[in-house]
This record gives sequence, C-alpha cells and structure tokens, in this order.
Amino acid sequence: MSTRADYRRMEDSITLAPLEEQVAAQRGGPTAELLTLNIGPHHPATHGVLRLLVTLEGEVVRDIKPIIGYVHTGIEKTAEDKAYWKVIPVVERMDYLSYYFNAMAFCGAVETLLECEVPKRAQYLRVIHLELNRIMSHLVWLGTSALDLGAMSMFWYCFREREMILDLFEQSSGQRMHTRYFQVGGVIEDIPLGFEAKLREFIAIMPTRVDQYNDLLKRNEILLQRLRNTCTLDEESLLGLGVTGPLLRAAGNPWDLRKAAPYSSYEDFQFKIPVGTVGDNYDRYAVRVAEMKESVKIVEQALDGLPEGPHITADRKIALPPRHELATSMEALIHHFKLVTEGFRVPPGEVYYPIESPRGELGCFVRSDGSAKPARVHMRDPSFVNLQATAAMTRGSYIADLIATLAMLDPILGGIDR
Amino acid sequence: MAVTRESVGDPNSFRARGLLARDLLRGDLEGLELERLVEQSILTTTLEKAVDWARSNSLFPATFGLACCAIEMMSIVAARVDVARFGFEAFRASPRQADLLILSGRVSIKMAPVVRRIYDQMLEPKWAIAMGACSSSMGIFNNYAIVPADKFMPVDVHVPGCPPRPEALMHGILKLRKMIQDDPDLSWRERYGAVGTEEVIEAPAGSAGA
Repeated sequence: MSTRADYRRMEDSITLAPLEEQVAAQRGGPTAELLTLNIGPHHPATHGVLRLLVTLEGEVVRDIKPIIGYVHTGIEKTAEDKAYWKVIPVVERMDYLSYYFNAMAFCGAVETLLECEVPKRAQYLRVIHLELNRIMSHLVWLGTSALDLGAMSMFWYCFREREMILDLFEQSSGQRMHTRYFQVGGVIEDIPLGFEAKLREFIAIMPTRVDQYNDLLKRNEILLQRLRNTCTLDEESLLGLGVTGPLLRAAGNPWDLRKAAPYSSYEDFQFKIPVGTVGDNYDRYAVRVAEMKESVKIVEQALDGLPEGPHITADRKIALPPRHELATSMEALIHHFKLVTEGFRVPPGEVYYPIESPRGELGCFVRSDGSAKPARVHMRDPSFVNLQATAAMTRGSYIADLIATLAMLDPILGGIDR
Repeated sequence: MAVTRESVGDPNSFRARGLLARDLLRGDLEGLELERLVEQSILTTTLEKAVDWARSNSLFPATFGLACCAIEMMSIVAARVDVARFGFEAFRASPRQADLLILSGRVSIKMAPVVRRIYDQMLEPKWAIAMGACSSSMGIFNNYAIVPADKFMPVDVHVPGCPPRPEALMHGILKLRKMIQDDPDLSWRERYGAVGTEEVIEAPAGSAGA
C-alpha cells in the first residue's frame, strides 16, 4: 500500500477510549462522564507545536498527556557530523529564545574538556549577552502569555523593548537571532564602538519599563483572578519531577545555578534571586518579572567592571589567529588552515556542563573520542523536563487555567524536541 | 459680491476646483465643461483589478508558528515594522478564516502532514510563504528530520534567512501582494499546473457511510 494510505490508516486507528477508561478506573466512575479533547499541534495557546490530549470531566481537567516531537530537528545527531566549532550554530537553534545560553552550555562543556582558560573580558562579555538574552526571552514570554490572558497591549510593549535588545545583539554580532557570538575560548569579536552607550541607554530605561508592566498587570483584576491560587504545586513535587528555573523558584526554593555553581564569573556580581511563596501561577509570573530587573543589574555591573584584555583565548590551537597575522606569520597561516579545514581536536572524555537558562537548568553533555568531531552531544533542556509538571499542576483545575498554566510554564518546543 | 470661478482667475487653483465641484453638485455645470470635469475626476478600472487590489491588501495570515522564525513573524506585527500598514495584521487562529499560511520555521517529518492538512483546510484563494531557510531548503540542518515545504505543498514566495529579519518577511509579503495584484489564477492547482492531482479517498468496502 502507499504511504499515504498507511498514514490514513494510522490516523484512523487512534482511539482515545483507553485514556478515558484509565482515568475512570482510577476515579471509580463511569467513562461516559469523560471527554478526551485534542489540543494542538496547531493551536495558538500552546506556544508552538505542542499537542495535548486532555481528558475532561465537564470543564475540569482529569488527565493530560503532552505529545511532543513535532519540531524534531535531529540537532543532536547533526552535531556528531560537524567539527566542534561548527556545532555552535546548530545547537543555538535548539531553544530558539535563549540562543546565547545554548552556545554557552556547549562552549563551556568543550572548554572544560580542553581545559582552556577563558579570558576575563570574554567572561564578562558573555555575562552581558547572556543576561540581555534572559531579559529578551522573558519579554517574549511576557508578551505572548499576557496575550493568552487577554492583555493585548502587553505584546506591543514587550516587543518594543525586545527590539532594543536585538539592536544590541546586531551591533555586537551582525545578527538579531542565532548570533554565533560565543566561540570556544571566548567571544568572536570585541564589542564595537557605540555599543556601550547604547547599552547604558537600555540599562537606564529597562527598570522603569518593568515597573510599567507591573503597573499594568500586577493589580489587574482579570489577571489576578486567573493566576492567583491556580494550579499550585509544592516544592517537593516540583523537585520530584526535576523542575528547575523560575517554576521551582516560584515555589520558594532559591535554586539558581548562577549562585549555586557560578560559571563565567557570576560570582563577581551582586544580585538577588527572586522567589515566590505559594507556587501558583501568579508567583511564576512575578518571579520572572522580578528576574528581568535583577538581570539589568548584572548587565550594569558587568559593563562597569568590564576588564581590559583579549576577548578570546590566545591558544592558537583553539581560536583563529587575528586576520592581520595571516599576511606576516607562516605559523598563523598554518593554524588558520588547520582550524578551518579540520577544526581542533579535543582530548577523549566526557563532561556535563550546566548553566541557568531563562527556563531552568540547561546542561550540555559532550563526549569526545579524541577526534575533531564530538562523539555525542546531548542537551538537558529545561523546557523538556518542566513540561512533565503540566499534568501534576493542572489535574483537577479548569481547562481555562490549563491555558494560563501553559503560558506560565513557558515551554519552548524547539528545545523540547531538538 | 459672490465669489465665482471667473473671479478666482487661475482655473487650476485649489479654490477654483472647489467651486467647480460645487457647481457640478448644484447642477449648474453643463456642456464641454462638464465633460472635461468628468474625464478628470473619474478613475476607470476593471472589476477584476479592483477586486485584486482589495484582495491583495487584506490578507489574513494564519496564526501558525513552527520555530525560531515564528518569533520574527510575531515581531512584524509589533511597532517597528508594523505590517498593519499593508493590511496583513489580522492573524486568524482558524485556517478556515485565513488566506495566507506563513511557514515560519522548520517542518519536521511528523509535522508535514499536519501542515498540509492546515493548508487544505484554508479556503481558496489561498497563498503560502515559506519563511526561512528550513522550510525552503532544509537550512543548516539538512538532515533526516526536516522536509522542505515544496515537497508537500505549493509555496508562492520563499523568504531566505535564518531567521529572516522582519523586514525580509515584509518584503516577501509585499512581493506576494504584487503577485496577487497581477491577477494570477486563484486556485493553486491552476497556478502551479496541478489540476487532476486531487486525492480521492475511497470508502473501505463494506462501510455503510456515503
């Protein structure tokens, strides 16, 4: 038979009755009361192509099964075919709202394997871009989630500030998204003239803008009704499900890898970890908004304390030699040729390098067999792990709260499916 | 003394033209003068052109985001490139109400049938833009998991970039607008020579349904 007919048959064979029977058996009631509803993969409220099978009793969610894989891109497999420095643009496209974090996790893992020292200036430049990226990611989250809750204008305000950040990214790297700014051993270029002035302008403006968002939302009755005390989950259950990031902090656990296991000079900066008290949707919202302000503080400190020095490691075996050296130095030319054709070799071993992404613990596992290509690249993506908590959070609440919870969960499907 | 057209002097001045229009409305204008005014002030066009113009300036895109490009697609609605200037801002969540599908991101093998179904659900005339490298040519991934959009549905405009800047998508949309104004075939099967490729699903033997 043709594949088309196969597809039709597969689609016809899907039956939802077992799902309902399972739930009914647990509850000891008849299945006739239950309705299994398919949401997605094309649904504006699922933030991407997430598909949910929701079993409802009236309007109350009794069970929920997320179905993923609709943007599976084979990134981890592709990474095995590429030299280490060519993997960076591929992993950047996993969690497409936190591209600097993906690159940071991968570069950090490779640097650990290479035992390569990253210059202080590069570390500070990385922090500046990481924190700007965190604000940008939270802005997109705030704009789209507020849209889900019916606050249309927030979208325009958030995207206005997002453009300011993307202009900065464009200035330092030439691209708005997926900038490939982080290199193994540092960053590809120093920040250009005029970047600092523009960043200072942003630092001055952003905290007042965050206050404006709060003025619009914090005491908004509709928002409070929809977020307060909905879909609460306690700290213990969250830890049991492996949830990290703002979702865990909303439940009161101040776990943040920037403090718990500092990387890239985070120990040099003074900042607070916002935590919630109840662990409901409102806390999840408030923690992220407060985080934006803390990130601005980190950016300011990193900019004030930006040390002089090289922006990338001086090790010619890892980083490309400066362009002007190619004309005068035979050795530089050889290094350049070697790096561009084969890439650098990494000593055998394996490493797990976790960092704090806007959504939680983003870890990169790299296994090297001594060649110029990684034997395995695996990402522990926070969206993927956090998605497990959807069922635990929403069981027993209304379907409208499910949409709000999904918005507050902030899953990025590119990171989940990879 | 009343102001007349003669007293104003220059017949092309704003004032004189205003008085001319007043006279026309009063019914005081006749003969050669009336004919000249009608020639000057009436725009003639064909009905098709007027419809094409209207259609091209009010496309409703489907709210359909796939990956990275979806974020840049959202930002064309935002303040900087404000696509509402061209009448494209009304994103519709249901494919039944949309007439433009923007494939914003990578289409995986698992997603391709879903995308095709969404496209099939849209009403004619319908248009599609493949935004970004992945949906046009599998992009930087170019591996087992990705399908280029041309393999399973007709695409009118490809927008290159990874992801394309909002301005690039805007340019693609304006290209599409120009295309619609140039009066193409409205059915995609006619546009791309695919008449006769309709899929007919036969009811399985023994089924009661008609």
